[in-house]
Amino acid sequence: MSVMVDIRSVHKSFGSLEVLRGIDLQVRAGEVTVVLGPSGSGKSTLLRTINHLEKVDRGEISVDGALMGYRRAGDKLHELPEREVLRQRTRIGFVFQNFGLFPHLTVLENIVEAPVSALKRPRKAVEERAHRLLERVGLGDKAGAYPRQLSGGQQQRVAIARALALEPKLLLFDEPTSALDPELVGEVLDVIRDLAAQGTTMIVVTHEIAFAREVADTVVFMADGRIVEQGPPDEVLGAPREERTRGFLAKVL
Amino acid sequence: MSSDTLAKVPAASGTPQPADAPRIVPQRRYGQWAAAVVVLALLGLAVNSVLRNRAFQWDVVADYFTSDSILRGLWLTLWLTAVVMVLGFALGTLLAAFRLSANPVLRAVGWGYVWLFRSIPILVQLLLWFNIGALYPQVLGVKTVDLLSPVAVAIVGLTLHEAAYAAEVVRGGILSVDRGQIEAAQALGLSPWRRWWRIVLPQAMRAIVPPAGNMLIGTLKGTSIVSVIAVNDLLFSAQLIYHRTYQVIPLLMVATLWYAVVTSLLGIGQYYVEKRYARGTETTR
Repeated sequence: MSVMVDIRSVHKSFGSLEVLRGIDLQVRAGEVTVVLGPSGSGKSTLLRTINHLEKVDRGEISVDGALMGYRRAGDKLHELPEREVLRQRTRIGFVFQNFGLFPHLTVLENIVEAPVSALKRPRKAVEERAHRLLERVGLGDKAGAYPRQLSGGQQQRVAIARALALEPKLLLFDEPTSALDPELVGEVLDVIRDLAAQGTTMIVVTHEIAFAREVADTVVFMADGRIVEQGPPDEVLGAPREERTRGFLAKVL
Repeated sequence: MSSDTLAKVPAASGTPQPADAPRIVPQRRYGQWAAAVVVLALLGLAVNSVLRNRAFQWDVVADYFTSDSILRGLWLTLWLTAVVMVLGFALGTLLAAFRLSANPVLRAVGWGYVWLFRSIPILVQLLLWFNIGALYPQVLGVKTVDLLSPVAVAIVGLTLHEAAYAAEVVRGGILSVDRGQIEAAQALGLSPWRRWWRIVLPQAMRAIVPPAGNMLIGTLKGTSIVSVIAVNDLLFSAQLIYHRTYQVIPLLMVATLWYAVVTSLLGIGQYYVEKRYARGTETTR
């Protein structure tokens, strides 16, 4: 299968703190990659570099064959104008830990906003699609509600529908269930599981080990800005080779 | 004040009490009753003294309240306020963008402007602009005095003053919007313009409207300062009449009442504007 995301020797520092210390990772189209690791291991930062919400200091990231955020000219990478970066981002869905819904817009307006204003799609068609997406995440009756009238789990499902409305080639989830009450985690994971079953390419940063075991094609374990080990869930979660991985799993399981 | 603060007995609760539950007796608030009586008495004395003091000449107030020159002055006060508010907030929003810019030069200029124009008393500023001809007798071959009529001086001076305060109000509003909102909009590929108009500004408005309402009312009354450079606003029109008739107090009452009327109307307007921008904030399921 073709490579959807190609990350090559990516480095990133915040001031003197080196958060990513040379990351290489390939994600094939149609696969689910789950990134695990302790807090501060750089997994969220890695996810954010993929859609260029964070700029990398060194290395390069391609999504579906296109270099993210830069244009290659000889041996130099020229930063793309913001307009181009924004267009690249519309092909990548991003789901935030804190949902990132716009509180002053209704659920429908939240979903319709980007396809209409960024992709210039006709509003009517987008609205019809938005209603279908809401049905799909089990919120068909909430189109007119404001985000604060919904539970956390419902808000996150709207956020997923909003990301899907752009018909992205790739979905990125940044700890999608970490801000939820325990009893609401399941409904969000159900939606993600459903997307995985349909062959959506996804990278999911999470702490839900059981979910990783069940849904992931590849599990990536990160610590201190490096990928410690990666492979099928049976191997990484079932029989980890590295001491760091064993230590982490012993703590969270 | 809510009515229940003076109520002695709490409203009956819907749930039936067990027969042996002790009855709750609320505290008697004698102090509150005493304070209310004293305040009402003082208020009554004040109202009585105003109504029975012949020197107010309420009949003269009634005569002039809707006279042509007063209404012309009121009209000037209203449109001057509107122009100053619109121009002041336009410039203020630009300055707020400067102050929040990634560009250190723009940030410094924005900060410097706000510092300068908040430091100069508005009265001093108006007098400076009124006498600007002493510094720059000609601008592009035109006499400065012809270029800047008193009304133009009033607009320029008040706008520059207003913009410094508006900049801070707008900046505060923008800072009140969660940083994650901008990030979410960026992740969705929304253009900078769209992020600003559709996402940031409507949410910032909730924090901007109350102080902006304050500023609007402040500006309405603040325009009375232009009477010192002989601009025919509401106060100056009243002064012109009493300089002729010596009915100082009744004409000041005319101006006062008009300011109060307009301020009240603006307060009502603010209520509806706030309601408009509060959409999506109620959390009831």
